Amino acid sequence: MDLAAFRVRARSGDRGGHRISLVMPAKAGIQGTDEEPASSSTATPDSRLRGSDAEKGCRRGVAGVASLFAMAVMAVASAPAWADPDYEEVSGYVATEARLFPNDPQFSEQRRHDISIVAEPEYYAEWEDRSSLAVSPFLRIDSADGERTHADIREALYRRVQEDFDLAVGVGRVFWGVAESQHLVDIVNQTDLIENVDEEDKLGQPMVNVTLLRDWGTLNVFYLPYFRERTFPGRRGRLRTGFVVDSDTAIYDSGARHWHPDVAVRYSDSRGAWDYGIYHFYGTSREPAFVPTFNAGGTVVLVPRYDLINQTGIDVQYTTGAWLWKLEALFRQGQRNIRGEEENYGAWVGGFEYTFFGVGESDVDVGILGEWSYDTRGSRATRAFDNDVFVGTRIAFNDIQSTEILAGIIQDLNDSGRLISLEASRRIGASYKLSLELRAFAGIPSADILDSVRRDDHLLVEFAYYY
Amino acid sequence: MTRKTIFAALTGVLLLSTAAYAETDAEKGLRLAVEADKADEGWGDSTSEMIMTLRNRQGDESVRYFRGQNLEVDGDGDKSISIFDRPADIKGTAVLTHTHKTGPDDQWLYLPALKRVKRISSANKSGSFVGSEFAFEDLSSQEVEKYTYNYVSEEACPGDSGASCWVLERFPVDENSGYSRQAVWMDQDEYRVHKIDFYDRKDSLLKTLTLSDYRVYLDDYWRAHRLEMVNHQTGKSTELIFENYEFGTGLEDRDFDESVLKRIR
Repeated sequence: MDLAAFRVRARSGDRGGHRISLVMPAKAGIQGTDEEPASSSTATPDSRLRGSDAEKGCRRGVAGVASLFAMAVMAVASAPAWADPDYEEVSGYVATEARLFPNDPQFSEQRRHDISIVAEPEYYAEWEDRSSLAVSPFLRIDSADGERTHADIREALYRRVQEDFDLAVGVGRVFWGVAESQHLVDIVNQTDLIENVDEEDKLGQPMVNVTLLRDWGTLNVFYLPYFRERTFPGRRGRLRTGFVVDSDTAIYDSGARHWHPDVAVRYSDSRGAWDYGIYHFYGTSREPAFVPTFNAGGTVVLVPRYDLINQTGIDVQYTTGAWLWKLEALFRQGQRNIRGEEENYGAWVGGFEYTFFGVGESDVDVGILGEWSYDTRGSRATRAFDNDVFVGTRIAFNDIQSTEILAGIIQDLNDSGRLISLEASRRIGASYKLSLELRAFAGIPSADILDSVRRDDHLLVEFAYYY
Repeated sequence: MTRKTIFAALTGVLLLSTAAYAETDAEKGLRLAVEADKADEGWGDSTSEMIMTLRNRQGDESVRYFRGQNLEVDGDGDKSISIFDRPADIKGTAVLTHTHKTGPDDQWLYLPALKRVKRISSANKSGSFVGSEFAFEDLSSQEVEKYTYNYVSEEACPGDSGASCWVLERFPVDENSGYSRQAVWMDQDEYRVHKIDFYDRKDSLLKTLTLSDYRVYLDDYWRAHRLEMVNHQTGKSTELIFENYEFGTGLEDRDFDESVLKRIR
C-alpha cells in the first residue's frame, strides 16, 4: 500500500495546479542552464498528444522496450560463456483484471470501469560455469486507458557468479527496504505507477551490478546508465490527476536527460537478530515534480520534471521471537518540494509486525502491523506520508490454497484523511489464482492532495493462470 | 600381583559397574542421540529434489515441487535453502534457514515477484509448512541440543522385523514447539530413524512419521527417500519423496548468505 501515487495525482487537482503555477516564475529563476526551459516541452512536436491514448501508450512502450532490448542483447552478447545452456525453462503468467468503481468519475473524459489482460512470460537459462540469463517481457492491454496499455522488459539480466564477486549486466529489478505500508528507501527501479497504486510494480532498470560477498558484509555497486520515466494514467483512466500528466515530454535537471549515469553503493549485512543496510544514491530522482504547461492542443497538462538528487538511506530490522521491528530512513538533497523550491529533507517509516502463530489451535497465523511515516517537509512534502500512521493485519491461513489477507488503514495524523485497503488471494487448483484488492478513501478534506481521487474507491479482481 | 595392580583392577571394575549402573534412561537416550549425530558427521553439503503430496481425508491431492540445498556447519546447526518450483504461482519462492544448536534459528524468505528478501520470525515452529502435515520444526535440522532424551526400550523396527530398534522419547527444549514429546524408533545398525510418533501439547497422539527407502551416500550417510506423515486427528496426510540426492556439490558457506537469495533460482 502506498500513498505516493495519490500525492502525485492529487497535486494536479485544480487547487494543486494553481499552487504550482504560482511558483513557476521562481522556479524558472532557479533553473540552471543545463536544463531545458519549460517552453521547449510545449514546442515538442506533439502529434502524439493529439493521437489516441492507445497509440501513444503503445508507441512509447515499443520505443522503451526496443532500447532496453538493445541493452539486453549487448549484455548477452558480451557473455563469455555464450553456448547452449545446460538448463532452460519457460514460466510466467497470464491474467485478466477488472477494476470496478462504485462512484461516477470526477472528470468527464474518464471511463468508469476498466478491464484488462496482462502477460508476463519468463525465460531462464543457466550454464555450468554459474552464469545465467533471465528474460521477462511484460504486456498489459487495457480497455479504458491507452496509457495503461503498455509493454516493458521487466528483466533481461545476465548474471555470472565469480570466485570473488558476482556480476549482473542488463535490465534488472532490485528491492531495498523492510517496511510494509510504503517502500520509502527502494530507489533503483522506477515505479510502474499505472499498474497499481501500491507502487510495488516496477519498470526494468538497465544496470551493471557488482556484488562483493565478504566476511564483513555485502557490498553492492550499481551503475545505472539509463533512466526510466514514471508511468501515469491517461485522461480516460481513473485514479489520475486533475490535469493529465504528459509523460512524453519530461524535463530533466541533467543535460544528459535520461542518459545521465546514475550510481548507487549499498552495504548490507546480517548479524544475529539484526539485518541492516546503508546506501548512497546519486542520480535522477525517480520521483518527478510537475510543471503545468499548455500542450499544442491548448490543454493544460502536467509535465514531469526529474531532479538530480543525492540520497542516503538506511534500512534496519530487528527480529526477536514473533516480533519484527523495522525502520527505513533517508536523507535527500536536490529534490524540489511541492512549492518548486529545492529543500533538503529527511523521511522515515518505522514500526513493527507481531504474529500470533496458529491462533486457536488452527494453522491460521494472524499478524498485527503498525507503522509511522514522517517527512520533515510537512505540508511541503512531495509524498503523502508527511505524518501518517498505518495499522493493519496480515492473515495467513496456511491452507492448501495459500489463502492470505492483508488489510489496513492509513490515517493522516494532521487531518481526517484516511485510506482503507484490503488485499486477498487464494490459489484455485494447481495453476490458477484469484486476487482481490479493495481501496477506499475517506474523510479527505476538500483542499487535500487526494482531492482528484476522492471518487476512485475501487475493487480490483484478478484471475491469473500460472505456468 | 602387586598391591598397586590389584588396586587398579578393583578401581576399574568398580568404575565400570558404577558406569553401567549409573546410566539412567535419560543418559542412555542422550548417548544414543549423540552417537546417531556423530555417525552422520562429515556429510559436508548436499542437494536434492522433493515432491510433496498433500492429501485430505477425502483423498484430494495437491502437489508441491521444491529443491533443497544443505550445508553442514561445524560447531553450529546446519544451513539450508528450499526453492519452490510448483505450484507455479509460488515458483521461485525460497526459504533460507541458519539453524543453531541453541537459541532461535535465523530465517529469510525470498519473494520473487518483488525480488524482496525478508527476514522472518523463526518462532513459528509448530506452523504448517506450505499447508502440509509437516511443521517447520519437523523439517528443520535435527540438532541434539534441541531435545532432552529418555531411553524407553528395544524392539523390532516397525516395518522391518529383521532389524532391531531403540525406542527413544525426546522432549523439545523450545517452548514454541507444538509437541510435548516424540517417540523415535532408531535402528541399531546405522542409527536410521524409521518412525516418529508426535504427541501434541495435551500429550495425545497427533501425527506419525514413517521414513523408508533409505539409501547410503559416500559409503556412510543414510538418507530416507520417502517420508509419510499422517495426522491422526484430522485424517490428512503428506507424502514427501526425495530424488536426485547429490553430495559434494561444491556448495560453500557464502552460498547460504542471505544476500544470495536475490539470485536464487
